[in-house]
This record gives sequence, structure tokens and C-alpha cells, in this order.
Amino acid sequence: MFNYQIYISFYTILRKEVNRFFRIWTQTLLPPVITQTLYFVIFGGFIGSRISGFEEEFGISYMAFIVPGLVMMSVITASFSNVVSSFFGAKFQKSIEELLVSPTPNWIIIAGYVGGGVLRGLLVGLIVYLVSFTFVPDLRVDNPLLVIIFVFLTAVVFSLAGFLNSIFAKKFDDISIFTTFVLTPLTYLGGVFYSISSLPDTWQIVSRANPILYMINGFRYGFYSQSDVNIWISFGILAVLTVVLWYVNYYLLKKGVGMRS
Amino acid sequence: MQTAISIKNLSKTYSNGFQAIKDINLDIPQGGFFALLGANGAGKTTIIGILTDLVRKTEGTVKVFNYDIDKNMNDAKRCIGVVPQEFNFNIFEKVINIVVDQAGYYGIPRNEAIPRAMEVLEQLGLKDKAEEQSKNLSGGMKRRLMIARALVHKPKILILDEPTAGVDVELRHGMWKYLTKLNEEEGVTILLTTHYLEEVEQLCEEAAIIKQGQIIKQDKVSNLLRSLESEAYFIDVKPETLNKNIKLVGFDLKIVDDSTLEAVLQKNQVINDLVKELDKYNIAVQSIRPKGNRLEELFLNVLSDK
Repeated sequence: MFNYQIYISFYTILRKEVNRFFRIWTQTLLPPVITQTLYFVIFGGFIGSRISGFEEEFGISYMAFIVPGLVMMSVITASFSNVVSSFFGAKFQKSIEELLVSPTPNWIIIAGYVGGGVLRGLLVGLIVYLVSFTFVPDLRVDNPLLVIIFVFLTAVVFSLAGFLNSIFAKKFDDISIFTTFVLTPLTYLGGVFYSISSLPDTWQIVSRANPILYMINGFRYGFYSQSDVNIWISFGILAVLTVVLWYVNYYLLKKGVGMRS
Repeated sequence: MQTAISIKNLSKTYSNGFQAIKDINLDIPQGGFFALLGANGAGKTTIIGILTDLVRKTEGTVKVFNYDIDKNMNDAKRCIGVVPQEFNFNIFEKVINIVVDQAGYYGIPRNEAIPRAMEVLEQLGLKDKAEEQSKNLSGGMKRRLMIARALVHKPKILILDEPTAGVDVELRHGMWKYLTKLNEEEGVTILLTTHYLEEVEQLCEEAAIIKQGQIIKQDKVSNLLRSLESEAYFIDVKPETLNKNIKLVGFDLKIVDDSTLEAVLQKNQVINDLVKELDKYNIAVQSIRPKGNRLEELFLNVLSDK
């Protein structure tokens, strides 16, 4: 396939994906905004205001502290669920065969679906970020470039993870199991609402095994220049996960796992 | 003439150990109209799956317009449009989007794909349904949508896996007409699997009969029909002229009812002789019609090893 034709294939998948999540915006864009707003109100407003000494210890209000975590949480959930539901839906209806019988290369199929997941993740993240100004009007961003790099790579990683989940999924239950039992607990325990420095030593060690902790802290470092972990390790984890997940997906798609017999 | 599809020693064993096809050899000429006949599970869909990259072969070579699928699968895919047996499009998508997106997967830009899509939709009588969600189409329309989708990138080969299954008679005949036009006027090579043997007799030049993953007979449809050892006919006669004690020497004849006879003619017998014999008994013949589809008869004979 010539490069221009590859570009057209990629654009076609991406356009279809973007149209899909805009068409069902009440399911894809609105719910995360409502959920995160509730977190702001309940955790940031009602509970956060009763936490004493937080601002003295961290130099920012509790409400400001949770903003990066909540943005990241919405990005992770949106990018993952976009790819997993769209790609599994295509497998379930067999419309994925439209792509498999075409000369679209496997890496373009992955790039197209992941591109859709990244765009939805970033869009939801941007909306939550804008909503957060209602609660934290003086929200600051110390290093916008770091913020962009971390949020982008996180959206890529979870879109790739969604793709991987949908390759193996055989029924709709299979796409919710990972979200319920792995993704949600890891996100909640990934330092969205607290700094791990406030945990006992043992739990600090356990927390460091959670890759989402590194993503949220790297992202938070871009806002306030403070993190529980070394941000280069955070960046390294994201880079390694991106490369590994990409190749695993490519290998499985090339082998036709779950799609070709 | 160039070969459109060349299959040599093709075999496929699925991961559960089931050998779906065994050592298949098949050449389909460019511009041909070829049928694959076989009972359910005979291996027809597996062959189509291998040609379209949905099934991975175990052994053998497959070339599509000289593109070896092991080396140039994407070039081979560009030559093929496929209409599968089951509906495989997004039921929530609009008809036009399904066809335009398919063109996009073949690298055709939208400004070119949209008029092309409208053209094929018009040819298949779906132009006024272009903005409909595909789930709202009738079964026949859904099947035509899949044909439109398969043709939007102008393939040299069209593969149809039981395209008229569940389609009403009028629509089936409309589809036959369209496929014949595609084949004759635009030179598209057509490979068809079907259960309607009448379809093969009407449309195809050549056919292969598959049984348990192997081709057991392959020839021009006309030659296949000629190979029939005998053929059965119904003879409609005027009831008042029918002599119930009739006995014709050399003919296998039986009385069905007051106005119908059934005759089985061997390959070396001619129908004129039979009519002459009936005339001797003053039986007035009104019409003669084949008892069943001739190809069906052959198909059943071959499958039952007669």
C-alpha cells in the first residue's frame, strides 16, 4: 500500500471512531464530567475542607491536589473504555472483517483505534480540567510540556490496554472484568486522592508496584512540581508500557488471535 | 487468458484438529463465473476465508492475479471484493458510511469514495436508503448493501458466499441479472458458493463440487450436465387420451395421475422417440418438463457416489 493510501486508511478508522464517540456523547463525554464533578464536590469540598494541615504540608489546597488525579482518572477510563468497547463491538458484530479483508496494515488498524481512544481520553481530560477551574480558580500549571507528555502517553497506554483486552474478550462480560477488578482499584489506589507519603511504610512499598501511581504523580509534577516518585521513572514506565503493549497487540493481531482462524 | 485465482495443494486443519480442506487444486480464469458447490461444512467457506485472509492456510499456495498471498497478501486483497454469508457490518452505522468507510480502508479518499459509493448503491437499488441506519434495512437490502460494499473499490474478482440465501425470488433474479452484467460487461471474475443449483445452471460457466474438503468433480457446467446418465421428465397429456395399460418397450415410464406420465430417459435415448411411441397409442402430449433441477440431480448423484 502506498503511504498516501495508508494515511487514508488511518484517517478513515480515526474519523469513524471520533464520529462514534461524538454520536453517543451522552454515554462517552458527559458521564465522566458528572462523576469527576461529584468527586470535586464530595472529596474536595466536603471532606477536603476538614483535612487539617494539608496546605501547610504540601503548599496547595486539597482541592487543588486532587485535580491532576481526577483529570488523569478520567483520561485513563475514557481512553481504555473507548477502544475496548469499539473494537470488541466490531469483533462481536464481525464488522472487523471489513478491515481484515482490506489491505489496511495491522499497525494502521491498531493506530486508528488507539488514535480514537487517545482523542476521547484527551477530550474528556480537557473538559474535566476546565470544570476544575470552577472549584480551583487559581489552578496553576508549572510545566505544561510535562503535563502534555504525561497525559498523552497515559492515554496511549490505556488505549493500547483496551485494544489488548478486546482482542482476548469473547463476550461482553470479558470487557468489564478487567475494568472492575484491575483498572478501577489500581486507579483509586494510584494516589488520586492522597499522597503515598501519608501511608504506612509497608503500604508505600505496595503502592509503588502500581504503575498508575507513577502516571498520576508524573502528571501532578507538571502542575505543582511535586511528586511522590521520581518523574523519570514515571516517564520510563510509560515509555516501556507503550512499546511493550504496542508490540504485543501487533503480534496478536498479526497472528489473528480472536479474529482469524 | 490470465488466471484470476490459482490454488495448488491447499489444505487447512483448524486448531481443534478438524481438516476442513484437503489438497485442493483449482484454477479460475480471468473473467470466469465459477461456482463452488457442496453441502454445509464441505469446506467452501474455508476456501473463501483463505482467499480473503480471514482463515490461515496450513499448506499449499494461493495466487490471486499472480500475487502469492504468502508474499503479497495486500496486493491480492486489492483484487478481491467479498460478500460473506453472514451480515458483518455495523448495524448502527448509516448505509453510506459503511460503503464509504470500506473504500477508505482500500486507500480511496472520501471525495472519490462518496460518489463511487452512491453509484454502487444506485446500481443495487439502495440510493434512497443511503442515509438510513443499516439495521433498518430488510434482509434483501442488507445483502445488497454487502455487495455494494464489496464493489466500491472496483475489484477484479467478486467472491460471494451464498449471496441469495434467504432472498425472495424476485430479488434473487434481480441479483442474477446484476451479477451477469458485472461479469459480462465489466469483466469481473465471479466466484460463487450457493445451495441454489438453479443459480449455478443459470449463471456459471464452470463449477467444482466439494465433498468433505476435497474437490470430487470440476468441469464446465454444460459438461457436468452432459455427464448425467439419465434424466427424468414429467409429460402432461390430455386425460381422455391416456391409456392406462400403456407399455412402451425400451422406455422407463410410469403413470403419475390421470394427466401426467413420468419418463426416465437414458443418455442414449431421445425425447422424440418417446413422443413417437406415445403417438402410436394416440396419447396427446401437451407439454414436457424436467422433473427436477438437472444439476441438483448430478450434485446428489456425485455426493452419494453414484
